[in-house]
Formats: sequence, C-alpha cells, structure tokens
Amino acid sequence: MRERPLSPHLMIYRWTITMAMSILHRATGVALSIGTLMLVWMLAAAALGEDTFTQFADFAGSLTGQVLLFGWSVALFYHALNGLRHLAWDVGFGFEIKTAKMSGIVVLIATAVMTAILWCGILCK
Amino acid sequence: MKKHKTKHSDHLVAPLAKARGLGSTHHGSGQWMAERVSALVILPLVFWLTWSVVHMGHDYASFTAWLHQPLNALLMILTLLPMFYHSAYGVIVVIEDYVHGTAMRFISVYGVKLVSLVLTIISVVSILKIAFTG
Ligand code: HEM
Repeated sequence: MRERPLSPHLMIYRWTITMAMSILHRATGVALSIGTLMLVWMLAAAALGEDTFTQFADFAGSLTGQVLLFGWSVALFYHALNGLRHLAWDVGFGFEIKTAKMSGIVVLIATAVMTAILWCGILCK
Repeated sequence: MKKHKTKHSDHLVAPLAKARGLGSTHHGSGQWMAERVSALVILPLVFWLTWSVVHMGHDYASFTAWLHQPLNALLMILTLLPMFYHSAYGVIVVIEDYVHGTAMRFISVYGVKLVSLVLTIISVVSILKIAFTG
C-alpha cells in the first residue's frame, strides 16, 4: 500500500521557540492570575494594621515567599512583554517566521533584564 | 432569534444578527477587544509598579506612607481594575478551551467571575482605607 500523508502529531512534532513561547504565555497568564491572591493578601493585611502586615511580610521574606514573588515577577515581565508581541500580531505586524523568532528572543532577553533590574533594585539596597 | 425571510442576498452574506453570540466563547468580539485594551492599559502601569517597588521601603510604615499618597493610591487602583478584568476573562478563555459540559463550564466561569469580583473589592477597599486613614 502506498504511504498515506499524515497530519502533524503534536507529541512528536519538532519543538520551535515560537511554539514554546505561545504555551508559556498561557501558563504565565494563569500563574499570574493565581498569584494575584498574594497581592490582595498584602493590601488587605496592610489595611488591617501593622500586626497583620508583619505576618504577610514574614511570609514574603521566607524562602517560599521569595521564590513565589520571584516567580510572579518573572511571569509578569514575560507575559507583559510577550503580550505586546501578541498585540502586534493582532494588528497584523510581525507574522513572518524570521521576525516572530527574532521578537521572541528579544522578549526573552528583555524579561531577564527587567527581572535583574527589579531584584537588584530590591536586594542591593 | 428573529426569523429571517430568505432573500436572495442572504445566501451570500449572513446577517450579523444570525452570527452574533455564536462564536466558541458565546460572546462577541467586544470581549476580545476589551481583553486587549485592558492589557494595553496595564502595560505602562507594570513599569510604574516595578519602579515603585524598587524605590519604596518594604516595611509597614513605608508601604502605608507610599499608598497614603493620592497619586500612588490612584495609580494602584488604575492598575488593579484592568488587571482583574484582564485576568478573569483570560482565565475564562482558558476554561472554555478545556472545560466541557454545560454545568461544569457554567460553574467554573461564574466561579472565576465571583472570585475576581471579591478580590477586586477587597483590594480597592484596602487601598482606599490606607489612602484616607494612613
Ligand atoms: C502587563 C501587561 C499585560 C499584557 C500586555 C497582556 C497581554 C495579553 C494578551 C495580548 C493576551 C491574549 C493572548 C492571545 O492572543 O492568546 C493575554 C492573555 C492572558 N492574560 Fe495577559 N497581559 C498582561 C498582564 C496580565 C496579568 C497581570 C495577568 C494576570 C494577573 C494576565 C492574565 C492573562 C490570562 C489568564 C490570559 C489568557 C491566556 C490564554 O488565553 O492563553 N495578563 N494577555
């Protein structure tokens, strides 16, 4: 029998940077949404007074808290910058494969830079 | 839906009224647009917030003093309102991709809206309290 053409199978499809970044946009969007809980906790704790805020600050300063905050900030920078890329696509810019790859790399570098600026700014005081 | 008498032109162009609300997410392009506009509003505010977090003190006194300033309180509210909106509708889009079955989808979509509304209210009330009372 002659070979039949196959549609691409997702599990064995060759990964590309544009594909991975697209999935990451969704993952960071959901993670950020869950992370807003910590933001709300911070605001409510501050509104309730010094004791409740100290409870929040103790958690935020713990290893778990720092890892969560670091993760939330990376996700935010990635999602915000990559979101700009999505918005450009939405109005019809940057669709060429070469351009999409380039802009993806720019987003990754800019995410690292923004994260470094934020955490150096906080920790190097 | 209103019944349409079939005119010759209907075979070529579907009347908008027939197409409204029939997309996979059962809300028209308005939601899609609002998701993008809210994203665009948050974007500059994310940079403002980053700048602020780097420059403010992180203890109770400095944080409340920072939010006590009207401009900061205002910008914080202007960041959070579109953020919760964008976040809720973003999560709803994801739910609509993966959650099937009318009941489950209904519960999760309205659950997200409810949680998001509650979080928005808590945040805004907290900000206003700190802004007005210190
Ligand atoms: C800071 C600026 C932000 C920009 C420019 C931005 C941009 C975007 C864009 C353009 C989309 C649609 C993606 C698509 O075309 O499929 C999107 C989706 C989403 N965003 Fe944002 N966003 C931002 C911040 C946030 C924040 C702070 C959160 C959560 C707290 C969030 C949560 C989500 C979620 C859950 C989705 C749905 C993901 C999906 O459908 O795959 N975004 N964002």
